[in-house]
Amino acid sequence: MIEISGSFWIVLTGVLATASCGLLGTFLVLRKMSLLGDALSHAVLPGIAIAFLLSGSRAIVPMFLGATLFGLVTTLLVEAFHKKWQVQEDASIGVVFTALFALGVVLITAFAGQVDLDQECVLYGEIAYTPWDLLLWGEYSLGPRPVWILGGVLAVNLLLVTLFYKELKIASFDPAMAVSVGINATLIHYLLMAMVSLTTVASFESVGAILVVAMLIVPGATAYLWSDRLEVVIGLAMFFGMSSAVVGYYLASYWDSSIAGAMVVVVGGIFIFSLLFSPNQGVLSRLWQRLQLSLQVAQDHMLLALVRRDEEVEERARLRPDELVGSAAVLGILAQMAFRRLRWRRLLQQVDGMVELSAAGEQVALGLLRKHRLWETYMNRLGLPEDHVHAPADVIEHFISAELEAELGAEVGDERDPQGKQIPPSG
Amino acid sequence: MLENALRFMTLADANVRFVLLGSLLIGATGGLLGSFAVLRRRSLVGDALAHAALPGVALAYLWTGSKALPVLLAGATVSGVLGVLLMQFIINFTRIKADAAIGIVLSVFFGIGIVLLTHIQRTGSGNQSGLDKFLFGQAASLVEDDLKVMSVLAGLIILVLVLFFKEFKALIFDPSFLQSLGYSTRWIDVLLMGLIALTVMVGLQAVGVVLIAAMLITPAVAARFWTEQLNKMVLLAAAFGGASGIVGTFVSSLAPRIPTGPVMVLVATFFFVVSALLAPKRGVLARGLRRQHNARREAQQHFLRACIELQEKLAQQRAWAMEELAIEMGHSPDKVKRIGRQLEKTGLVLRQDGRFSLTEAGLEEGLFVVKSHRLWEHYLYYRTILDADHVDRPADEVEHLLTPEIIVRLEEILARERGIDTEQIINLHGTGSQYRRGGRE
Repeated sequence: MIEISGSFWIVLTGVLATASCGLLGTFLVLRKMSLLGDALSHAVLPGIAIAFLLSGSRAIVPMFLGATLFGLVTTLLVEAFHKKWQVQEDASIGVVFTALFALGVVLITAFAGQVDLDQECVLYGEIAYTPWDLLLWGEYSLGPRPVWILGGVLAVNLLLVTLFYKELKIASFDPAMAVSVGINATLIHYLLMAMVSLTTVASFESVGAILVVAMLIVPGATAYLWSDRLEVVIGLAMFFGMSSAVVGYYLASYWDSSIAGAMVVVVGGIFIFSLLFSPNQGVLSRLWQRLQLSLQVAQDHMLLALVRRDEEVEERARLRPDELVGSAAVLGILAQMAFRRLRWRRLLQQVDGMVELSAAGEQVALGLLRKHRLWETYMNRLGLPEDHVHAPADVIEHFISAELEAELGAEVGDERDPQGKQIPPSG
Repeated sequence: MLENALRFMTLADANVRFVLLGSLLIGATGGLLGSFAVLRRRSLVGDALAHAALPGVALAYLWTGSKALPVLLAGATVSGVLGVLLMQFIINFTRIKADAAIGIVLSVFFGIGIVLLTHIQRTGSGNQSGLDKFLFGQAASLVEDDLKVMSVLAGLIILVLVLFFKEFKALIFDPSFLQSLGYSTRWIDVLLMGLIALTVMVGLQAVGVVLIAAMLITPAVAARFWTEQLNKMVLLAAAFGGASGIVGTFVSSLAPRIPTGPVMVLVATFFFVVSALLAPKRGVLARGLRRQHNARREAQQHFLRACIELQEKLAQQRAWAMEELAIEMGHSPDKVKRIGRQLEKTGLVLRQDGRFSLTEAGLEEGLFVVKSHRLWEHYLYYRTILDADHVDRPADEVEHLLTPEIIVRLEEILARERGIDTEQIINLHGTGSQYRRGGRE
């Protein structure tokens, strides 16, 4: 038999557990049930402890039964406390899972001599012992038991999600529609809860409570920052989970720390990275978009200032650069950047230390002025007094597309604006 | 074990007194602040905050090398508050919802904490024992200095709470009122969050980061069953919390292996369950009894109405067999018999030779019920809320709730608007009733 290194089995265990969690976690996050997932992964502990005590072993079947039972009890109790006993929902979750988790810890510590399960195992798991926990067939070793269990669980999860994909998708995005097309939403809810319980139990002893909670919630939420398509979100969530398992393992040996904890740190890192850099939802990309918009607005305002001046003096007006920058009505540094960008686009030209519009600049500026005055006229037609139309036009002028401009032109005609100023012709 | 219990009970040992006082403080402050956290729907934010405190504890130790409680708690507060800020940031700036944001902060910060703790354990001076009690709590390890720190924190919390009680109350029940008084709801909210953070810190060492949230949530939820008034709820929650602290510490002192946090939580949960079951108004038993009482009263009133309506149909007859009543009421004879017996006991019905008849009092009550029923039918019909053949059922349900005052008003409305002589609505002396349901005239 080929000798496979211990680290391989540990990493594989982590990868299998995180793949299952990422798959299910996506649905939990989408259905706003993250906290129920959190509660469930804490609350199955007494089930596992009782199964340990009764069966005296780590056999998966009694543990699964015990955990699923308590998973179900959690779901039912949270609902019953909320609906029948009129406890607020979040408080109800809080009461139930802390009580059950406390019960589990007490059971485990009280009978610590009899079962080989302890507080640390509950929190960090024992993924490091994976290579020695072998599944034996007669005298032959088939490889570590957790790998088989987690592999099986992943297969079951993949199968169920594939089979009920459409139902899960509709029930997650549009519960009302799910009901109207005849999907049994309650059944889907409990199916998902059962899968989460199963995954939690299977992952629990190797990777511990925290890793399960983190891997259920964080990869799904992270993937949600990157894409709008469910298939992509699921794929990304599983990928984020699995890669943090791999990287986390090596980080843990480097730091000499808990492996499960290090995997969580890595997935947390991926989340923070996504929070900053994801193209649509990321904080930096949003700041960048906002900056671009501000620059655009500042440039537009400078061009408009020049072209209005042209109109007043009836020749090519020249302004001092600092006058022009001041007319942008934005933060100084932004105005400076916008000024530089206008010159780079060759919309401005410099003559004797003064700036004026270039020919191209005048074209752009007249186009803007046309949009501005079209909108003023249009608002005035709609009944807004003429001394109130400037402000809204000032805001909207940057966003009027060519189609909208054409429509407005057709509606308003090439007249004068409410203040009697000429609307520049199109083109 | 007995020795432990004795040592505990007699309070002879100074250490026992510290531990007791400590757990009392934790439970009481948890209950006080928890009431506000729960009513403000921030229960699970406390959980996130507590989990997020763990890396702070470890980093404070790594940085200073000290295990003094103020140092560790300062670290815990900083990282806990950072966690809550990050959570708020995620909620405000991305499409991730509050539930997932809580879960992310809670699990990732906790993961970081575990990495740091295991790192300290394996590489440091080999002594992590001072830190791992922050996971599940170890009340027995409280010493005098710890208690001083906790007392100062608890005193501060209570002081601020007393000073800002009105503002917090307004924040929960009527934020716009708070604004009209010139307060910024945002700052009052931040102040409340800060107090919740301090409360978590008070309990961190004895209860642990994993379960301290329960000391905020569970006693408060238990107290909510007993009262509708905030000040009573706050005091009651503090009492439940304090009692959970003391009992929990006592129980866990019997078996030193068992950490304190989980036991305190279980005791608090016990208070919750007892409150939910037994509380006089909102309790499950009280509500069940009330429902049963109402159901019984309704059944009895239907019985009386059936008697009157039979009397209208058969004017000569004054006593009816169980079977006749059963048909009239649409119930099984057994049920009719049972209701009849109940009424017999209250003196509204007489039973002779297996036939039921109404007493004076029974007749009066029955007439009132029939009148309620029919007036309501008329009202629903004439207000064209329902068609004539749909008014019987709703009237069946409402007739039990109509008070004499409402009856008088209904009579007035029907007489004024429809010219209905409500005296004629019941006729016990004709051959059959003159009454026709809802205008099939």
